[in-house]
Amino acid sequence: MARVIGDVILDLQNISLSFGGVKALTNISFDVREGEIRAIIGPNGAGKSSMLNVINGVYHPQQGRIVFRGQERRRMNPHEAAAQGIARTFQNIALFKGMTVLDNIMTGRNLMMRRNFLWNALYWGPSRREEIAHRKRVEEIIDFLEIQNIRKTPVGRLPYGLQKRVELARALAAEPSLLLLDEPMAGMNVEEKQDMCRFILDVNEQLGTTIVLIEHDMGVVMDISDRVVVLDYGRKIGDGPPDEVRNDPVVIEAYLGAGH
Amino acid sequence: MIYREAGQFKASYEADQQIFPIKQDRIVMAALVAAAFLVAPWAASEYWLQAVLTPVLVFALAALGLNLLTGYAGQLSLGTGAFMAVGAYATYNFLLRLDGLPFLVGLVLGGLSAAAVGVVFGLPSLRIKGFYLAMATLAAQFFIVWALTKFPWFSNYSSSGIITAQRIEILGFAFDTPARKYLLTLVIVSLLALAAKNLARTNTGRSWMAVRDMDVAAEVIGIPLMKTKLLAFAVSSFYCGIAGGLYAYTYLGTVEADGFGLDLSFKILFMIIIGGMGSVLGAFLGAAFILLLPVGLNVLMHTSVGALVPATLASNLELIVFGVLIIFFLIVEPHGLTRLWQIGKEKLRLWPFPH
Ligand SMILES: Nc1ncnc2c1ncn2[C@@H]1O[C@H](COP(=O)(O)OP(=O)(O)OP(=O)(O)O)[C@@H](O)[C@H]1O
Ligand SMILES: [Mg+2]
Repeated sequence: MARVIGDVILDLQNISLSFGGVKALTNISFDVREGEIRAIIGPNGAGKSSMLNVINGVYHPQQGRIVFRGQERRRMNPHEAAAQGIARTFQNIALFKGMTVLDNIMTGRNLMMRRNFLWNALYWGPSRREEIAHRKRVEEIIDFLEIQNIRKTPVGRLPYGLQKRVELARALAAEPSLLLLDEPMAGMNVEEKQDMCRFILDVNEQLGTTIVLIEHDMGVVMDISDRVVVLDYGRKIGDGPPDEVRNDPVVIEAYLGAGH
Repeated sequence: MIYREAGQFKASYEADQQIFPIKQDRIVMAALVAAAFLVAPWAASEYWLQAVLTPVLVFALAALGLNLLTGYAGQLSLGTGAFMAVGAYATYNFLLRLDGLPFLVGLVLGGLSAAAVGVVFGLPSLRIKGFYLAMATLAAQFFIVWALTKFPWFSNYSSSGIITAQRIEILGFAFDTPARKYLLTLVIVSLLALAAKNLARTNTGRSWMAVRDMDVAAEVIGIPLMKTKLLAFAVSSFYCGIAGGLYAYTYLGTVEADGFGLDLSFKILFMIIIGGMGSVLGAFLGAAFILLLPVGLNVLMHTSVGALVPATLASNLELIVFGVLIIFFLIVEPHGLTRLWQIGKEKLRLWPFPH
């Protein structure tokens, strides 16, 4: 299936966010088009994670506007963002440690599950059918991410790389239209990184999911992203296709020059 | 080799989502339930039915209620005793004041009253967690016991604030012997345990556990924190309320508000710590263990081993054993007896071939 990049699905305008005296984001604007892979890069503490937190409503910016699917809002709240089809993974894995892989992924479908607790207490008729139907979808995701053999394992016992993959599975279970990934490959070995890259590309191509991705590995970013935003000290210092950004002297000075 | 999963392939997700997916577990559970229903009422003495088996069931239900809230949803509560008191007193008043109200309806109304009170005292959980929430539930504990003592209306102006349970009659059949009361308790507790297990394995239970394990992530995937926490308080308090009703009606017969004090709350908390947090089985194991321990120690003290223990120590032995066990489970095995049972099963699965 050929990739189609559509219209702007998410438009961020003049976003500013501060914590007490610390300015995490200053007057940042950029947009995300339907179907693209949009990368956010920048040195440590540049404000990348804060940006994702603004998009799905964990943080509320003091200034700026967010337009998602034509709807304008000053701030999101996380529940609303989820209901509108935004899912994410976290930089520091945020899985439900006491639950199995399967249960973790099943939670991703909670918004689609309609039966209330009284039905569930009976586990009868509609409630049972609903569980089974969603289990089927979750099994497809489990196959897709090749984690069949760990589905009954408590996530706390899994190695780091697999936990990252389970977190992706949980986000995918929500069938999001916009997927936010905060350093999905951090701390992985080369092989795990390659797998994760493949999964991200497959999600984007096969499911048509729009992806916003934070990543430190420049090779990866250049390979898979359509456009890149560069942040530094909470300001946007670059925005464009990977080749353009890579050759931008300001970006090289601030970021690429430093460690790479 | 007794526990062999090999060869038991699940043909459908339905089969895989059973409460006991392993056949041996199903057999053991079926045998236990059959014994509880068919053997115990006839084989056990009145003393055992009245003073051991019935209270084990009642406490298991209360522990189950607390476990839904604390073990599953991660909200620590020290108000279990108070929610039981609401259940007992509300059942009493509904039956007293509404003429001809069927017992079971009164009991359920008592449970619902406890659920309503539980939600009110659960409201602070929207802002505070852990230790501070425990303090808020502690306030509930003291306030409710105080209110039930202070306003004599609740105990129908009986001289000492004591309520005496009315006769239990269901469809004209009187539950007036220890065996009948035990059976009634058993039916109610079994049904509620099944419901709890169902909640735990469906979306409701997963949402509770998600909030327990990482509330930010739960919110981000669309689980509404407020609704989920308050539902946990409501369902948990309903269970505790029913347990309180049974405590008064099928176990003791007469109760006073002071009997539902902080001691009781702690006792039930210890049950889930020892039995296992976040497990339905754990509530039963914990209740049985804590109620049977004194009986067991007593027997032991009357043997030749007991004679060796100095009298001053003997009188405190129960407390010492409790203390040690609780510290052990808190530090070494937070999943309690349930986990030890699972480990035992895993060993059995391999036995007699260790590899
Ligand atoms: N909850 C918070 N409270 C206070 N300060 C915060 C908070 N979150 C982020 N910050 C601050 O905002 C700035 C940007 O942080 P952010 O986590 O967004 O950076 P980042 O680009 O994701 O960095 P990294 O590459 O290390 O993940 C930092 O100075 C950080 O200390
Ligand atoms: Mg970050």
